[in-house]
Amino acid sequence: MEIEHIQYKHCDLVKAKGRIDSYTAPQLSEALNKITESGRYKIALDLSGVEFMSSAGLRALINTQKVCKRYNRGELVLVNVPENIRAALDLAGFIPLFKIYDDVVAAIGNL
Amino acid sequence: MSDHSIKRRFAGRYASLAEIGEFIRREAQKAGFSDFNIYTIEMAVDEACSNIIEHAYQGEDKGEILLSVHTDEKGLTVVLEDYGQPFDPRTIPPPRPDAPLEEQREHGWGLYFMQQWMDEVHFEFTPTGNRLRLVKYRHTPTRDDR
Repeated sequence: MEIEHIQYKHCDLVKAKGRIDSYTAPQLSEALNKITESGRYKIALDLSGVEFMSSAGLRALINTQKVCKRYNRGELVLVNVPENIRAALDLAGFIPLFKIYDDVVAAIGNL
Repeated sequence: MSDHSIKRRFAGRYASLAEIGEFIRREAQKAGFSDFNIYTIEMAVDEACSNIIEHAYQGEDKGEILLSVHTDEKGLTVVLEDYGQPFDPRTIPPPRPDAPLEEQREHGWGLYFMQQWMDEVHFEFTPTGNRLRLVKYRHTPTRDDR
C-alpha cells in the first residue's frame, strides 16, 4: 500500500493506494494518527486507488473518526470510494458515520 | 463445468494475505463468479486468515495456513486449516452495525463479513487444529430450487 499526504491550510488530504488488510492497515492508522496527534482533525481520505479493504481497514477508519469527531473538532470524510468497498461499508452500517464525496475538491471545500 | 480442486500452504503471517488474496481471486475468476462475488469471497477468506493468525496462532510465524479450494456445479468451497489453539469466533460478541460511532466495537467484524458474504460457514475443531469451511453458491437457492 502507498500513502500520500497533502497538508492544506484548513485540512489534510490522504490518498491511499493498493490493498488495505491486516498487514497494511497499521500503516494507514499510523498516517492518520500522525495527523490527529499534530492537532489536526479535518481529514479527507481518497480511496480511489484502493483495490481491497478488509475489516482491519474499516477499524482504522472508525478509530480515526472517533478521534476527529470528539468535541466537534472535525471529521474524517471519504472520497472516491470504490463500489466494492462501499458495499462493505454499507454492510457494516458505516455509511451514516462518514460523509462520502465523489471528488476531492468538493470534500476539501466542505471540510 | 468440471470439478476442480487445488491446495496451497501459506506462512501464517499478515504479509501472506496479499498472496492468499491473489490465489483465491484467481480460483474464483476461473470458476466464473462475478467481480463483486469474487471480491466478497476474497474478503471472507482474508478475514478468516487474519483470525487464524491473531486468535488460533496468537501471533505471526507460529504455523501454516492450509487452503483447499474446490469448485463444482454447486459453487466454490474454501477449506482453511490451521494447527493452532482451538478458536471459535462465535464466542466473540457480534458487532452492531446499527450502533452509534462511540459504541462501535473493534472486534467481531471478521466473522460478521464471512457470514454475510458467504452462503455457508462451518467451524470444526480437530485434535490438531481448526477447520473452517466457507461455501459460495453459484446461485442463491430460491424456493423453486428446493
